[in-house]
Formats: sequence, structure tokens, C-alpha cells
Amino acid sequence: MSTKKEWPIWEVFIRSKNGLEHRHAGSLHAADAEMAMENARDVYTRRQEGVSLWVVESKHIVASNPEANGEMFAPAEDKVYRHPTFYELPIELKHM
Amino acid sequence: MENKLYDYILSLGDNSLILGHRLSELCGHGPSLETDIALTNISLDLYGQVRNYFQYAAELAGEDASEDSIAFLRTDRQHKNVWLVEQPNEDFGHVICRQFLFDSFHMPLMKQLCESKDERISAIAKKSIKESSYHERFSSEWMKRLGAGTEVSNQKVQAALDHLYPFVNEFFQETPLDKEMKENGIGGDLPAIKEVYFKNVHALLLEAGLTIPEPDWRQTDGKLGYHSEHLGFILAELQYMQRSYPNSDW
Repeated sequence: MSTKKEWPIWEVFIRSKNGLEHRHAGSLHAADAEMAMENARDVYTRRQEGVSLWVVESKHIVASNPEANGEMFAPAEDKVYRHPTFYELPIELKHM
Repeated sequence: MENKLYDYILSLGDNSLILGHRLSELCGHGPSLETDIALTNISLDLYGQVRNYFQYAAELAGEDASEDSIAFLRTDRQHKNVWLVEQPNEDFGHVICRQFLFDSFHMPLMKQLCESKDERISAIAKKSIKESSYHERFSSEWMKRLGAGTEVSNQKVQAALDHLYPFVNEFFQETPLDKEMKENGIGGDLPAIKEVYFKNVHALLLEAGLTIPEPDWRQTDGKLGYHSEHLGFILAELQYMQRSYPNSDW
């Protein structure tokens, strides 16, 4: 158990089927990239959740600072004209 | 002929049954959440294979035989698994080492059985081979990681290897049944697997920085029904419900 504490955290992304994007599924501990991939397969795809996996060590993800939420996100609140709701989308476009 | 085929199928299924049980003992015991799930996944894969084998065997046996009666109502002497898969979990090094020594045998065997003249055995092998291939990848990676990891992990996995290595030759003990099944194109060719086995295993052990043991004794005869005392305890746990409450159901 003592070694486990030293294992870094990895983020797991799963593509549920071809044509869709990878989505964040969760995180896990692993000592290296190979182990992270095997652990992701065992922990997150046991029930046919996916056809492709990405793993990335959490430290490589740059996150926005919650304290900056005001300047980052609030200005978008009153700008409804940015939503493309005035177009008719073709039915073939299923995942917009 | 049907009796011999029945026996041969049990000899394939029993290794997966007993190893599957050993791995199931780890459920909820780690050593980490990720490895706990990985090892119990492997256990379930093996049990899935056992069900396929035993369902087929039950059809051959006819009468009241079922996959359950074959799994739960045979005595130790009627089991045809090798000694390696009975060996206790001890520690993570033992678990990984036992798995690696088994997977290195199981993969080439499944490859051969895909070509079996018996359609059912061939179908089971074709389904199992993807699972076995992943098991082999998992256990090989861990052997390398433990062998080339820290001084302690190297010592522990080497100790496990030294303990388990005398058991591997039993895979290649060709019983009269194995010979007959090989000759009629149903079973695997054990001498051919043996060559691949030691070539692959030795290469990986050296890559992992481990010493290849040279045991001065070799276990045999599990396939003939002679087992270590461990099997009795495994069966006691595995069969308790059906023995105490015959025909109980979910």
C-alpha cells in the first residue's frame, strides 16, 4: 500500500463509439502510462463503454482558476445572440 | 471416445476453474482499487471460459449432468488441473508470477485450440483468446514492473518465481489422453508449446532483471488427479453451498 501513495493520478477519456468525441470518464492511480492504460481499460470499460481510450497524467492538465470565474465566464451570461438558435439544423446532424 | 473427450474438456476447464477461484479470493483485497478490479476481471473471464467448457462437457455426459454439477460435485481426485493454479495467493508477487506463468502457457494453447477439429473447442478457444491475450499482457507488464522496480519488489517477485517455477513443467507432462487428443487433431501439441513457452518466459524474465530458477525437483501428476492439500481447501469453499444444501438455487 505504501507504494500506491506515490502513484500519480491520471485522467481517463473514453470514446463511446466511432464518430463521437472522447469524454472525461474519471481518474485513477497508475505508476506509468502503460499501467494507466491497463487500469483505465479494467476500471472504466468493463461494460462496453468504449472503443478508444485516452489517458493523461493529471498534472499535465491546465485548469482555470475558480477565483477568476467572474472575468472568465460571467460576461457570456447576457449574450444570447451567440447561441446559434436561429438556424434550422439538418436532421443528419445528430450530435450538435 | 466421448468419455475421453469429456475428460479432456475437464482438463482444459479445471485450470481456469481453480485459478479463477484463487483470483476471486482477492475480490475486495486490493492491493489497490485498480489492481483489485483487474484481477477480479481476469477471474470472471476464466469463469466464463469454465462455463463454456463445462456446458459442453455436461452435454457429453448426458443424464443429470450440468455445468454446476461438474463444478460443484466432483472430488479432488476428479480434478485435472495442474498444481501451479492451486498455489495460494501469498502476496502480490506470487499472484502476478503465477498468472504470468499460466498466461504464457494458456495463450499458445488457445492459439492451437482455435484450429481444433472439435468445433465446440475451437469456438471456445476463439472466444477465449482475446481475453487470454489481455491477461498475458497484464501479467507480463507487471512482471517487468516488479522485477525492474525497487529492490524489495525484485526480491519479492524473485522469491515467488523460485517458489512457483518447479510447477511449470507439469503443463508439458503429456498424459496418454493429451497424446491421443493431439493425434486426432482435437487437442493441443504440448511439446510444441513447450518450446515457445520457455523461449518467451526466459526472454521476459531476463528483461525484468530476474534470475531464471533451476529447480532440482519438478511437480507432476495434477492432471492425473493427484493434488496438493491446497485443492481440498479450495473445493471446501467452492462446493460448500451445493454440498450443504443440495440443488439450492438463486
